[in-house]
Amino acid sequence: MSIEREPEPSSPPTAPSTQMAAMPLHAPAIVNFVAAAEPVAQNGPPSPIRQFLSKRGNGALADSTFAAVMLVCALSIFAIVLFILTILIARSRLSLAQFGFGFFTRSAWDPVSGDFGALPFIFGTLATSLMALAMAVPLALGVAVFLSELCPARLRAPISFLTELLAAIPSVVYGLWAFFVLVPIMRDQLGPWLYKVLGWTGFFEGYNFGVGLLTASIILAIMILPIISSITRDIMQAVPVSQREAVLALGATRWEMIRTGVLRNARIGIVGAVILGLGRALGETMAVTMVIGNHPDISKSLFAPANTLASVIAGEFSEATSDMYISALIEIGLALFLVTIVVNAIARALVWAVTRGAPARSI
Amino acid sequence: MSANPTPIAAPGGNGPLRTPTNYRTRAMRLNSARRYGMNHLVTGLAVLSTVLVIVPLVAILGYLIFKGASSLNLAFFTHIPAPVGETGGGMANAMLGSGIILALASSMGIPVGIAAGVYLAEYGRGKMLAMAVRFTADVLNGIPSIVMGLAAYSLIVMRQMHFSAFSGGVALAIMMVPTITRTTEEMLMTVPHAIREAALGLGVPKWRTVVSVSLRTASPGIITGCMLAFARVAGETAPLLFTAFGNQFWSFKLNEPIAALPLQIYVYAISPYDEWHRLAWAGALVLILMIMVSVSLVRIYAARGILKGAS
Amino acid sequence: MGVGIDVEHLNAWYGTNHTLQDINLSIPANHATALIGPSGCGKSTFVRCLNRMHETNPIARATGVVKMGDLDIYKDASPVDIRRRVGMVFQRPNPFPTMSIYDNVASGLKLNGFRNKAILDETVERSLKAAALWEEVKDELKKKSGASLSGGQQQRMCIARALAVDPEVLLMDEPASALDPVSTSKIEDLIFQLKSQYTIVIVTHNMQQAARVAENTGFFLNGKMVEFNSTDKIFTTPSDKRTEDYITGRFG
Repeated sequence: MSIEREPEPSSPPTAPSTQMAAMPLHAPAIVNFVAAAEPVAQNGPPSPIRQFLSKRGNGALADSTFAAVMLVCALSIFAIVLFILTILIARSRLSLAQFGFGFFTRSAWDPVSGDFGALPFIFGTLATSLMALAMAVPLALGVAVFLSELCPARLRAPISFLTELLAAIPSVVYGLWAFFVLVPIMRDQLGPWLYKVLGWTGFFEGYNFGVGLLTASIILAIMILPIISSITRDIMQAVPVSQREAVLALGATRWEMIRTGVLRNARIGIVGAVILGLGRALGETMAVTMVIGNHPDISKSLFAPANTLASVIAGEFSEATSDMYISALIEIGLALFLVTIVVNAIARALVWAVTRGAPARSI
Repeated sequence: MSANPTPIAAPGGNGPLRTPTNYRTRAMRLNSARRYGMNHLVTGLAVLSTVLVIVPLVAILGYLIFKGASSLNLAFFTHIPAPVGETGGGMANAMLGSGIILALASSMGIPVGIAAGVYLAEYGRGKMLAMAVRFTADVLNGIPSIVMGLAAYSLIVMRQMHFSAFSGGVALAIMMVPTITRTTEEMLMTVPHAIREAALGLGVPKWRTVVSVSLRTASPGIITGCMLAFARVAGETAPLLFTAFGNQFWSFKLNEPIAALPLQIYVYAISPYDEWHRLAWAGALVLILMIMVSVSLVRIYAARGILKGAS
Repeated sequence: MGVGIDVEHLNAWYGTNHTLQDINLSIPANHATALIGPSGCGKSTFVRCLNRMHETNPIARATGVVKMGDLDIYKDASPVDIRRRVGMVFQRPNPFPTMSIYDNVASGLKLNGFRNKAILDETVERSLKAAALWEEVKDELKKKSGASLSGGQQQRMCIARALAVDPEVLLMDEPASALDPVSTSKIEDLIFQLKSQYTIVIVTHNMQQAARVAENTGFFLNGKMVEFNSTDKIFTTPSDKRTEDYITGRFG
């Protein structure tokens, strides 16, 4: 059914008018066109291509199936979190029932008598992580500032490659080095020196075996440094160039430009990067297990052997015989899970606030 | 010297705002010096911290390579560990075991991860659900790997009452999924929207567009992302501690404990035998070399592959 | 063979932005129709409603009736079917970067499962000839990537790609705006030759271009269609003052 319209007389200027063209346009003499031919009426069978395509399904079923499968896989991310949560709660029923919240405030750890309290490990985790942060953050910020603002272009690629490499080295390899190199250094050289210089603070009492809180903190600092540094760099690079130019145009020195044009804008994100480093430090397992001394104690001395939440699981799980023992260890794992989720969520939210949801690195 | 010297005519004429360069008060000069001094100080600090960081890290790397190289020999790749007290032997079973576990983990983790990434980039853009998935994946990436091992233990090992390669594979697969999801999404976002529209405009159904246009264009980057995830879990020890558990002998069965390279390194490192220490160093070197290769490949791909695919 | 398109009470939104307001017109078969108007007046949105590409945007919405011949394209057919009958050439050439020239042109068929090699070869050659690109690329069809051609060649290849699926209507959204004058004139020649076989709708910023190639022209302004008439009449004696203002360059 074709719509037929009589040619209308000129309507008032504001009403739209619709008219069918009566004849083809004569080509103006600007370019040499082939004269428009009258359309040839072709009422024969459609071409094989049109036949094929019209018979071809429109893929509606395949489309919805495909989309559903993709959605299910995306939901699996949630499923993984829920699965871990529920199964850890389920398997730590025993110790949850027995000790309740007191589990985390008591200082006992006696597998033989079945008395468990996780406070020493919380102490160990916090002490090592915070000390590691204290050592790593200033250095990481310095490296980030250097790499993103001050570094000559030629050096940038090798140094950042090195940083990436160091972030990718497995924990057990760091642990291996720490065990055979760092521990003897701590025991024979660094430890005695620290006692001589800082012994008056009371933090360096006790026998120094080389393993302990301080050694673990040092290797932890080395391990979290690359991640803090590279995320800080990402954040600093996310600050628009216009901000830096504006400050420079006012006559600032390089450092002042970095301080006001970049760091001030990136403050929130840098805090996020630091918290990400903290999250990594909280959960770091193998390297810490190898150099922390594996002793459930709370002590003021930095030389004292201790344990963290992660390292007690790694160190004692395979020897856990009783159900209560296993349950206690799984409950520690649950605590670790919840704490790192919260810390990471806060950190990611802060980083996102600055980079506006640009895809994060997978480190 | 007076605090305010008389301004003299500046060379080049007197504009209304020109201050002759010698018209600087002592305060201005001191302020200038202080600011420049501060600038130099901070620059120095930044360089110093970089040096403080780079030098020891390079030293660690060098030490590892040196110790490992002196312990590495052909027997390492072909022999299983010798009985305690004997020299020789290698970690061939651990490398095979790692390979088996990683193959298991990849077969489960890579398809799910890529599919989730496809959802985020192609179907979920702008939706709240996609933002939640993205955020959760990022958070999952920060969970300690030992927790994944505990979960796999609780689900599989406790039920089956024995350790297995399968449970190790599951633990590692859980770790791979969030990583691959994010990198796949990232790579798919680099595909220009114009070519998706071109395919849709030709009457190609959406699923075919995603597969034959988006995925195909982004494939170098997606493969790179999978390699990164693979390399990351290849070095993980904690999740395997009580899932795969380790094995001193050759093992090919999925339902039995199996050796894995990082696991073996850990066990040997804390053992009292020198010979095993030597093997641990050699194993560490193999791991580092593998990491170096994959990080370098990623950089090469990043420079070449993505640019080519998204022109 | 082309088919005419009839549009009745078409309204389109992007989110809350009422981009097209009550458009009514008839696009005649086997002729070229140009749509002119200042930036942002809704011309691109309009043509995207004609092949249901508008709805690929998650916040987009459209109401009204668009008919191809007898078929209501929104009610009686799926988007995929419509897009196979109504081809589109975009403002910027968008070849598939991972495919060769041959694969690019054949993509509309190959990606829909067409396997017959002989017909594919013949179709690719025919389409490239129709797009006036055959002579330039015939020796390197399978060796060169689609993205390695020059801008004008890429756009002609995109036209060939659109023609390969044998559509009945060809929509062109400012096809030459990103190209140099030589390529532009080649493409205008093309349109002139193609319009006897297809119904062509061309959106253009360039009024001279509209005058050169199209029999009918519609003038859009702020989401409304102000005037639709033969090109002759629009450019010499427009009925609406706004049209006249635009044509004489008073705005836009």
